[in-house]
Amino acid sequence: MEIDPFIFRLSIFALSIFVGYYVVWSVTPSLHTPLMSVTNAISSVIIVGAIVAASGLTSQTGFELSNILGFVAIILAAINIFGGFLVTQRMLRMYRKKKKEKVK
Amino acid sequence: MTSNLAASLYLISGILFILALRGLSSPETSRQGNFFGILGMAIAIIVTFLFVNISFGSLLFIICSLAIGGSIGTTIAYRISMTAMPQLVAGFHSLVGLAAVLVALSAFYNPEAFGLGTLNNIKTASLVEMSIGASIGAITFTGSVIAFLKLQGLMSGSPITFKGQHLLNLLIGIGIVSLIIYITINQSSYIFGILIVGSFLIGIFLIIPIGGADMPVVISMLNSYSGWAAAGIGFTLENTALIITGALVGSSGAILSYIMCKGMNRSFFSVILGGFGGTDVKLQKDKDRKPVKSGNAEDAAFLMKNASSVIIVPGYGMAVAQAQHAVREMADNLKKNGIKVKYAVHPVAGRMPGHMNVLLAEANVPYDEVFEQENINNDFASTDVAFVIGANDVTNPVAKTNPQSPIYGMPILDVEKSKSILFVKRSLSPGYAGIDNELFYRDNTLMLFADAKKMTEDIVKHLN
Repeated sequence: MEIDPFIFRLSIFALSIFVGYYVVWSVTPSLHTPLMSVTNAISSVIIVGAIVAASGLTSQTGFELSNILGFVAIILAAINIFGGFLVTQRMLRMYRKKKKEKVK
Repeated sequence: MTSNLAASLYLISGILFILALRGLSSPETSRQGNFFGILGMAIAIIVTFLFVNISFGSLLFIICSLAIGGSIGTTIAYRISMTAMPQLVAGFHSLVGLAAVLVALSAFYNPEAFGLGTLNNIKTASLVEMSIGASIGAITFTGSVIAFLKLQGLMSGSPITFKGQHLLNLLIGIGIVSLIIYITINQSSYIFGILIVGSFLIGIFLIIPIGGADMPVVISMLNSYSGWAAAGIGFTLENTALIITGALVGSSGAILSYIMCKGMNRSFFSVILGGFGGTDVKLQKDKDRKPVKSGNAEDAAFLMKNASSVIIVPGYGMAVAQAQHAVREMADNLKKNGIKVKYAVHPVAGRMPGHMNVLLAEANVPYDEVFEQENINNDFASTDVAFVIGANDVTNPVAKTNPQSPIYGMPILDVEKSKSILFVKRSLSPGYAGIDNELFYRDNTLMLFADAKKMTEDIVKHLN
C-alpha cells in the first residue's frame, strides 16, 4: 500500500520538534530575547502561503477577497520578517566581550 | 520550477532556520546564525515567486505589499528602544497570528489556488489542518494584542478576573473543538467565521487574568502558539519550510515557558489560570515593624568605594527607569578603583526571557561579566556589597523560609549572604507578589529611596 504523503510531513514535523528541543536548550540564557525575536522572524515564513493566496488565479479578472486577504497577510509577514531579523541583528551587535570594546 | 526542486529548496531553507537558532548558543556565533536565518527566508520567498504562477498584475501588488511591510518593519527595528523589546515581541507575535488567520481564510475561499480541491469540496485533511491553524493563529493574535497593551501600559498590568472565568474558557474551548469537527463535515464559511471569532475571544480571556510579572511566561507561550499556527498552515500548504519552522518555534516557545515557570517555581497551569499578584493580594502588616535604615547616594558611594567586590542585581525597575547606562557608568567607576564588579541576573527578572541581558548589553556591559543565577549564587557570601536595583521578589529570603508565602520554593538570588546590601527602590512597597521583603529590615541593609536612574547617577558623582 502506498504511504500517504501526509505521513511524510508528519514525520518531518515530529523530528523538527525534537531538533528544536535540543537546539533551543543549547541557546545561552543571555540570548533568550534575541531567540524570541528571531523565532518571530522565521515563523513569518508563512509569507509563502500569503504569496500563494495573493496570486491565486480566479475566474474573474479583478482581485477577489482571497487575493486581498493574501496581500494583507504579505504586509503583516513582511513587517515581521524585516522587523524581526533587523532588530535581532541590532541586539546581537551589542553583545561584546570584555577588552574588545575598549579598542573601539 | 518543478515541485520536487521547490520542495528540496524549501527543505534547505528549513535547515538554514535550524542553523539560525543553533548560532544563538553563543554570542560569537549568533550573528552568523542570524545571517543563515535571513538567507533561509530569502530562499523561501524566491522559490515561491518562481514556483507559483503569478500574473504580472498580481506581481506588482505583491512587490508593493512587500515593500510596504518591509519599510514599516525596518523603521520599527531601528527606532524601537531596547526597554520596549517585550511589547515589540508581543506585537510581532500578533502579526504572525493574524497572517495565519488570513492565509487560512484565503485558502478556505479559494482552495484551487492552493491545490486543496474546490470551493465547498475541500479535502477533509486540509480542512482540519487549516481550521486548527486558523484557530491557533486567532488565539495568538488577540492574546498577543492583550499582552502588548499590558506591557505598553495601555492596559492595567493587574490581573482581571471574574466569576466563572475558567468555566467560560472551558465552554469556548469545547465550542472551538466542536466547530472544527463540524466544519470537516459541513464546509460552511459561516461556521468558519464563528470559529475564528470564538478563537479571538478565547485569546482575550486567556491573557487578561495574567498579571504583569508573569508576562515572561505569557510571551514565551504566545511565541510557541505562533509556531504551532505556522505549522498548521504548513500542513495545509504542504510546505516543508513552514512545517519545520513551526515545529522549531513551537518547541522553542514551550521550552522558554518551562524555564520561566521553573524560575518562579510555579506550575505552568497556575500561571495560565492567572489571578496571581497585582493589587488585590492582601498584605500581612507587621505590627511591630523593625526600623529601616535608609541612606543617600553619598553613603552608598562610600560603602562601595571601601568594598573589594560588588555584585549588581538588576530587575524590572532598572528597565522602567532606563538606568542601565548609569549602572554601567557606576560599574566602570568602581572598576577603576580596583573593585571587582559582576552582574547577577535572575531568570524571570524583567518582562521577557533575557530582558536584563539585552539592556546591559545595550549599555555596553561585556556579556562575560553578566552571570546567570546558578553560576553566581555561591559568590554572594564572599561579596562585600550587593547592589540591588529594581529587583525585589527574586531576592526575598522568605522563598526559602516560609512555606506559607506565595513565592515559597522560588529559586532566589542569595543577596542576603553578602556583607552589606544596597536596595535602590522608590518606596517600601512590596513587590509583585504582594509580600514584604524582610531584607529591607536587616541591619546590614541600606535602603536608597529614589528613582533608580537618578540615584545611580548621584552615586557616580560621589564616586568621582
